[in-house]
Amino acid sequence: FCSSVCRDQKETVMVYFIQEDGSKLPGKARVGDNLLDVVVENDLDIDGFGACEGTLACSTCHLIFKKKDYDNLPEAPTDEELDMLDLAYGLTEESRLGCQVIVTKDMEGLEVRVPQGIADAREPS
Amino acid sequence: RLLSQQSAALPGNPKICVVGSGPAGFYTAQQLLKGNSLVEVDIYEKLPVPFGLVRFGVAPDHPEVKNVINTFTQTANNERCRFLGNVKVGEDISIQELKEAYSTVVLAYGVDADRVLGIPGEDSQNVLSARRFVGWYNGLPKDSDLEVDLDTDNVVVLGHGNVALDVARVLLTPIDSLAKTDISQHALEVLSRSKVKRVTLVGRRGPLQVAFTIKELREMTKLPGCLSVLHKHNFHGLDTVSQGLPRPRKRLTDLMYKTCMAPTGSGPRQWELQFLLSPTEFISDTNNRVSAVKFAQNRLEGSDLETQRAVRTEETKEISCGLVLRSIGYRSIQIDDMLPFDTDRGVVPCDSTSRVVDSPGVYCSGWVGRGPTGVILTTMSDGFETGKVILRDLEEGVLRQDNIGGVDVIRKKLETKGVQVVTFTDWNKINKIEMSRGKSVGKPREKMVNIQDMLKAASS
Ligand SMILES: Cc1cc2nc3c(=O)[nH]c(=O)nc-3n(C[C@H](O)[C@H](O)[C@H](O)COP(=O)(O)OP(=O)(O)OC[C@H]3O[C@@H](n4cnc5c(N)ncnc54)[C@H](O)[C@@H]3O)c2cc1C
Ligand code: FES
Repeated sequence: FCSSVCRDQKETVMVYFIQEDGSKLPGKARVGDNLLDVVVENDLDIDGFGACEGTLACSTCHLIFKKKDYDNLPEAPTDEELDMLDLAYGLTEESRLGCQVIVTKDMEGLEVRVPQGIADAREPS
Repeated sequence: RLLSQQSAALPGNPKICVVGSGPAGFYTAQQLLKGNSLVEVDIYEKLPVPFGLVRFGVAPDHPEVKNVINTFTQTANNERCRFLGNVKVGEDISIQELKEAYSTVVLAYGVDADRVLGIPGEDSQNVLSARRFVGWYNGLPKDSDLEVDLDTDNVVVLGHGNVALDVARVLLTPIDSLAKTDISQHALEVLSRSKVKRVTLVGRRGPLQVAFTIKELREMTKLPGCLSVLHKHNFHGLDTVSQGLPRPRKRLTDLMYKTCMAPTGSGPRQWELQFLLSPTEFISDTNNRVSAVKFAQNRLEGSDLETQRAVRTEETKEISCGLVLRSIGYRSIQIDDMLPFDTDRGVVPCDSTSRVVDSPGVYCSGWVGRGPTGVILTTMSDGFETGKVILRDLEEGVLRQDNIGGVDVIRKKLETKGVQVVTFTDWNKINKIEMSRGKSVGKPREKMVNIQDMLKAASS
């Protein structure tokens, strides 16, 4: 089943991870990879990102999309993704787990926000 | 010159010690090493093996959660980090000695004791703490010889948190699935002879106050050969109420509601949720083995739905069972007299910036200070935050940095006392043996459960 997928993977787009302090980390993203792969492969320095290594067992890869980008994502989140998201800090209606979002060609220039959980972490759970 | 696990401390560098090698310890160390290019971090651990509850708490059928170990291993392999296992702080070395040898002491030693109910019959046979039961199936040395009798149909689990669901799931999971995990062999043997058919999880409060999370609940609804039993009278009208709740609570409540109205799964086994019951007595048979739990019926008070309190009524109820697992919370312990301790909450008291009360240079990270709530993610944020506070204090010169001996001083003292320090290189030897033992029986790992065996492997 590889032929078309493999050809696509050669294509790349640029995506940008905006951190809480405003800094903008650019990542070269291969079409077909997920956004956690992008963070790992570009060696982006985001504290604690991807703790469970993309196995849907943490929520450290939490990303927040702009409304229109969120609505454009090809796949809606599964129940299991939403379950993990429910534990994420600063959950919004436009939140996704980076390890579950696949890069597509039309993501060129995409900007996603990386929320940081420090303030909320102090609240009792 | 590069530091290695065995190497001497470099004079002039800030030296920090961390007590405990669970997520709190490792995430704090990670933050410190990253934020200051000179700082040396030594992690002291009472067991010969690292990773705390990631190894000894996280359920064997959740191997993905344990992936955090890869990051911890990277941290331990940092040339400015040392792991010193098999060192009991408070016993082998005192906090005062650590304070003299280091700029900073970070307490990350977790919560080791559990809450008891203090009701009649609690010492009956087969009334066990869930914490010890978890330690038993996860190969924690001190719990490996726990006597667990599964020659009974009915189990009562007291508590509605994730640990309660973990122990229920382990009791109800088909043995063939468990056999492929890193569950300890002794537990697997006992579980393979289990007669358990029904596990009833009992909570003090109602469905809107449960502390377990939806991922763990969904797993229960999907257990093979297992029926979910939720009672309609507990859920009446909650589909409407849930609409106004924050999204996580709403989705959790909706899943319980859905499972209640259209039960999933089918026998021969089942799990059941019971609400609004506080245990008042354990009844035992003539052999002093538990045969039932007596409860007082509660009602809820308070206007905020998620934080309503349970108030006892005159009504009572009895549930018969041959095993009780008590999962009502953990407490930390005071490992050294010179540290303050909050006996009510069972934690080391610290302020909102992780500084331990009245103890300059001493900080808290993870469950020892914040109490046993939240998942690894929560502990990670806490660890990072503690690390940042210390980095700031270092920079501002609040912390002593000169004339400190660091690991060299401590190692000499430990040597005099005959303590065998287990380094990370030593742990790798243990790790290798465990993995190869596991391989031969089709498991990812077969843990060593005896401390002497670990120490022997470490020095081989
Ligand atoms: C049964 C159970 C299951 C869990 N499952 C999950 C899960 O699936 N997913 C999830 O995200 N979270 C889970 N958690 C929560 C998670 O384990 C905690 O958030 C986290 O482990 C807390 O980290 P900690 O470092 O504060 O404590 P710990 O992990 O307990 O680490 C403390 C360490 O300190 C050591 N120590 C204690 N006393 C001393 C001493 N005197 N000297 C030196 N060292 C000492 C201990 O041996 C231990 O290694 C679970 C918790 C439990 C109890
Ligand atoms: S990396 Fe853990 S859920 Fe995405």
